[in-house]
Amino acid sequence: MEEKALLSVKDLRTWFELKRWGFLRTGFVRAVDGMSFNIRLGEAVTIVGESGSGKTTLLRTILGLARPTSGEITFDGRRMDGRKTQDLVWLRAHVGFVQQDPYGALAPFMTVNRILREPLAVNKIRDDEQEQRIRAAMDEVRLIPVEDFLNKYPHMLSGGQQQRVVIGRAMILRPKLIVADEPVSMLDASVRVEILELMRKIQKAHNLSVIYVTHDLSSVRYFSERVFIVYAARMVEKTDVREVVRNPLHPYTQALLNAIPDPEPENAGRFRDVPAGEPPSLINPPSGCRFHPRCPRIIHGVCDVEEPPEFEPAPGHFVECWLYK
Amino acid sequence: MKAAGNGGSGDAASPVTSTGPLLKVEDLCLYFRASNGIVRAVDHLSFEVGRGRSLAVLGESGCGKTSLAKAILRLLPRNVHTYTGRVFLDGTDVTSFGEERFRRDVRWVKISMVSQAAMNSLNPVLKVGGQVAEPLLLDHRMNKGEALERAREVFSIVGVPLPFMDRYAFELSGGMRQRAIIAMALVASPVLVILDEPTSALDVLTQANILNALKKIKQDLGLNFIIITHDIATSSELADEVLCMYAGQLVEHSRAEVFYREPLHPYARKLMASVPTLRMEKRPEFIPGQPPSLLNPPEGCRFAPRCHKRFERCQEEPPLFVRGESTVKCWLYERG
Repeated sequence: MEEKALLSVKDLRTWFELKRWGFLRTGFVRAVDGMSFNIRLGEAVTIVGESGSGKTTLLRTILGLARPTSGEITFDGRRMDGRKTQDLVWLRAHVGFVQQDPYGALAPFMTVNRILREPLAVNKIRDDEQEQRIRAAMDEVRLIPVEDFLNKYPHMLSGGQQQRVVIGRAMILRPKLIVADEPVSMLDASVRVEILELMRKIQKAHNLSVIYVTHDLSSVRYFSERVFIVYAARMVEKTDVREVVRNPLHPYTQALLNAIPDPEPENAGRFRDVPAGEPPSLINPPSGCRFHPRCPRIIHGVCDVEEPPEFEPAPGHFVECWLYK
Repeated sequence: MKAAGNGGSGDAASPVTSTGPLLKVEDLCLYFRASNGIVRAVDHLSFEVGRGRSLAVLGESGCGKTSLAKAILRLLPRNVHTYTGRVFLDGTDVTSFGEERFRRDVRWVKISMVSQAAMNSLNPVLKVGGQVAEPLLLDHRMNKGEALERAREVFSIVGVPLPFMDRYAFELSGGMRQRAIIAMALVASPVLVILDEPTSALDVLTQANILNALKKIKQDLGLNFIIITHDIATSSELADEVLCMYAGQLVEHSRAEVFYREPLHPYARKLMASVPTLRMEKRPEFIPGQPPSLLNPPEGCRFAPRCHKRFERCQEEPPLFVRGESTVKCWLYERG
């Protein structure tokens, strides 16, 4: 597709083994089961999926925190699935991670100064440069005046300020990619937009790539270029952020958009047209398309038998659904 | 699965004893003792909820929404400093009841609650059906057979398949557990159900399914809900009226049509502008600054330090002004 991919993932599978009885294997949780995508330099991508759909495992695999069962990950031209120690060190210096719960992500016994210094010290940056980088980072995430915050502990900061520290830490090594796992879900509505705008500004200023993982499509759509929809460990639709709202193709994406309310008084009077049921187990996913047991547009004899490959009904719009054969 | 119109006024849970508002809260205060002072979680709150109307309580975290629910249900922790004000249910002053009478006649019988993340607090070693029936067995209200029969009824109302009654909590998905918790709140046929963040831990599709179930319950049983949430878009799914709180105080109480379209209070306006939408092309905004500490709230209007419309008057605390059918705590509405 495009040549200049910063991160390229091909047919990635991350399976977790269930309990083993002697030689008998009872099965696997197929948390990521054949996902492929590319992320260009400087682009922000949102990965949307329900809890348990494998989106966090995908992130962990990209970050080198979980071992892929098969598939290829290439970051900045370097194969990353070999898992050599020097590869991991290099990868982690180039990928920043913004955790979901800022308070849980910050060591309670460290001051902001130490929290931000840690990655620099690990990567053997000179002392005088450390100082300067910490100040620059704090200035960038608007923790100003810097002196007021340097010696504070995380519990002395508000949720939004804590998340700023986390973002500052993620970008202090000047990474090429920032991976953010539900970066605003723990914050109040009025603060969310502020944090997302901050991340957008940093992304533009440094030409970073950003991966957001979220279940909240409406808040992130202003802050990214493309959206990947994940359902039951598969990437069912990949497209432009505008297209997904205007012209969602996969029946799951359509259901998802139907289910998200906008604040309108009329909502109280009408029922939402959403498929019943729950996402399938990833130990024994359904045959064929994984959404077929809940799908309102199922083609019997096709969808329940054969797994749909990826179709491209419009340029740059990919969907795993037999309707678009 | 569209069910048009309302499905009949239904088997009203409890006979109507008067024609006034169903719930009337008068000057309710709930302060807590903390190591460094007094936290004014609910600070002189007054409002009414009409019969058959559902109220959404909105506000940022820490603004006293959950404390309000606890104050209404008198589920108080040990560090209460002040608990004053009156709560009228069906015209009766329930605050005058002694603790024993309140427990027997009001809590869970007339007013029940689905607390936040309650689905994770189901007893893991008891079957779900038995847990749902349990409130009916207290005080020998019913025998076990009748109670389980009633539990079966509410399970079908909330949309849990009946065989699930014999399952344990861990065998149920998140959505089903949340439905079981809602069943537990409905089992004693209350007139008012307080839902504290009823869908916040659930996935988008499950959330929509639960909200559909709640809407159906509201239509069929003619129940009143108070839905407490910080998720404004979700609240619009159930609300007939909106009560917006800021720093322990009521700042606006309006009908849903007014609040979601054009709220009056500057805070409510900013809050609505911060909601990202899927269908409208509107860039969400944010409110600069943070809400004040409830330990030492600022004098005068508590929102004034963050308000772009503040003027001299805001140094004094505004009273509640009536504007049409809304009440709003803001000096901008002093004249008519």
